[in-house]
Amino acid sequence: MTPLVLTRFTAVSAIGRGLGQTLDALEMKRSGLVPCAFETVDLETQVGEVPGVDATALPHALQAFDCRNNRLAQLGLAQDGFSEAVAECAERWGRRRIGVFLGTSTAGMLQTELAYRDRDPATGALPAGFNYAATQNSFSVADFVRRALHLQGPAAVVCTACSSSAKVFASAQRMISAGVIDAAVVGGVDSLCLTTLYGFHSLQLTSRFACRPFDVARDGISIGEAAAFVLLERPQARVDRDALMLLGVGESSDAYHMSSPHPEGRGARASIQQALQAANLTPGDIDYINLHGTATPSNDSAEDLAVTSVFGTRTPCSSTKGATGHALGAAGALEAVICALAIQHGLMPAGLNTTAVDPKLKLHYLCENRRGTIARALTNSFGFGGANCSLIIGHAA
Amino acid sequence: MTPLTAYVEGIGVLGPGLNDWPSAAAVLSSAAPYLAAPTVLPAPLSLPPAERRRTVAVVKLVLAIGFEATTRAGIDRRALPTVFASSGGDGENCHEICQALASSDRQLSPTRFHNSVHNVGAGYWSIAAEATAAANVLCAFDASFVAGLLEALAQVATERTPLLLLAYDTQYPEPLHNKRPLPDAFGVALVLAPNARAPALARLTAVLTESGADRMSEPQLETLRTSIPAARSLPLLQKLARREAGRVTLDYLEHMRLTVEVKPCR
Repeated sequence: MTPLVLTRFTAVSAIGRGLGQTLDALEMKRSGLVPCAFETVDLETQVGEVPGVDATALPHALQAFDCRNNRLAQLGLAQDGFSEAVAECAERWGRRRIGVFLGTSTAGMLQTELAYRDRDPATGALPAGFNYAATQNSFSVADFVRRALHLQGPAAVVCTACSSSAKVFASAQRMISAGVIDAAVVGGVDSLCLTTLYGFHSLQLTSRFACRPFDVARDGISIGEAAAFVLLERPQARVDRDALMLLGVGESSDAYHMSSPHPEGRGARASIQQALQAANLTPGDIDYINLHGTATPSNDSAEDLAVTSVFGTRTPCSSTKGATGHALGAAGALEAVICALAIQHGLMPAGLNTTAVDPKLKLHYLCENRRGTIARALTNSFGFGGANCSLIIGHAA
Repeated sequence: MTPLTAYVEGIGVLGPGLNDWPSAAAVLSSAAPYLAAPTVLPAPLSLPPAERRRTVAVVKLVLAIGFEATTRAGIDRRALPTVFASSGGDGENCHEICQALASSDRQLSPTRFHNSVHNVGAGYWSIAAEATAAANVLCAFDASFVAGLLEALAQVATERTPLLLLAYDTQYPEPLHNKRPLPDAFGVALVLAPNARAPALARLTAVLTESGADRMSEPQLETLRTSIPAARSLPLLQKLARREAGRVTLDYLEHMRLTVEVKPCR
């Protein structure tokens, strides 16, 4: 595939607002996971809640979109000069030539959950102020971001559960390659809500503790929330040597089960191999792998088989979900941004909370930060319904 | 923009009064009158019995249109990439979750939760069709059909392989129905290919425009078009049903439409 330039990127998660705080937390091995005190949730679990989301105001003209998810999106757009970089990009290509492709799993579902507590006792009707299109509907986040950035190009939300905001990179790449657009705002925004907290609990997939990816005692995920954005652009005549590029994308389906991965990681292996093929790279060209690494027993063992079957056991790997929690539909983009930071700063971030790596898992899991040159990093995202996606980010060869 | 081209090789349709592509084509080409009737979702016989019991309406709709389109195209489903486009997930399931979370007992059933993901149709399609290729799942509210078509056409243009596009919506029960009044379930599936091959029905060439969207002249079909996002496809389906060359403009986003040039192949 034709590589694309990551012109600007940013992220807000439980470990920080913007790249500076995020990098600092990774360097200091600081986790954002805390015992859950979100809303009225009465579950014994830990979450990666972003502080200050509800204090974030949306632009006056976009008040109809007001909900936790769009506030988190707004918080993300305000970091690292992201909105300004998009405005400059619009000068270059035109507003109709920039797409918006974002991933989410629940968008503003919290708004609907709250509205159901406030039904009219006589008629059962939802409160008059509830706005379905601008909050609950998955598209609301792309609609909001497109308006907030004054863009007029194609837009869609990708909803493949926990791989949503990895797959947006693939959509944007195809649209740019086909000549529909020249640049795209991609990313993911997913915020805490009761559906996911009680839902993952019902599947016995949440841990009582801060999640411990690849640990022998791992027992489930910690749910997080995040907004992560990347401005992807068609390369211009001359690309800077240290420009960060999207080099490869791979996608596959497990065709196995709605909520469990294929036990041998069949689909995961296919998406990794396709990403390498698209980038025209060999496994030895990858210096660091940011794992999906959710800390469920089944994900980590399936991912271990998939990764080792392609890379062997030497490539340094970690999951950053012990720091950020699992940001679900925003995880793919958040971890793509972490890979970009890792490359820029030569930092392979440690997997936090893991004290004893499962001896049955053979990949090279980092429990300490490691310094070193990273030319290219791969990140995996796997979702319910068996929707897999792998991205390769790095310097052009 | 560079026009995007693909060949339609198979069509599946299911909606109110439209039980499959031949019956829809008869109505759309005015060979038969439109008789409004609630959408009938068939049992998902393509799934293993254990999975069949747990399926929600949106899954039945996806399987019906997907199997119809691929059967008509005579194409191997297993290696076929897919693009799913829908304004929402399963409406009934969403309501049940919200109701439980607003009650004194918030425990959800695991099946309820896994059926709540927007990509539940894609997940079950991959299992039923043993389809291991890439599956993308999009939402663009009322613009979902063209969002899916545009993604599908861009994918055919860049990957140069056939794919299956499925656009569909199911309705919400009250009280959500009042806020999002989709009247019934409607779905359309198209097998699209990069080159003209034997099964090709028509060539599509699409560009983004600012023209006004075409309407259906039959009032009930126009109501259907405007009330269900996936039914925004009806003007295109009408051209295909009539085997007519010509241009249709489909609703997409504010100030943005998709104009599709249709050229029959046989």
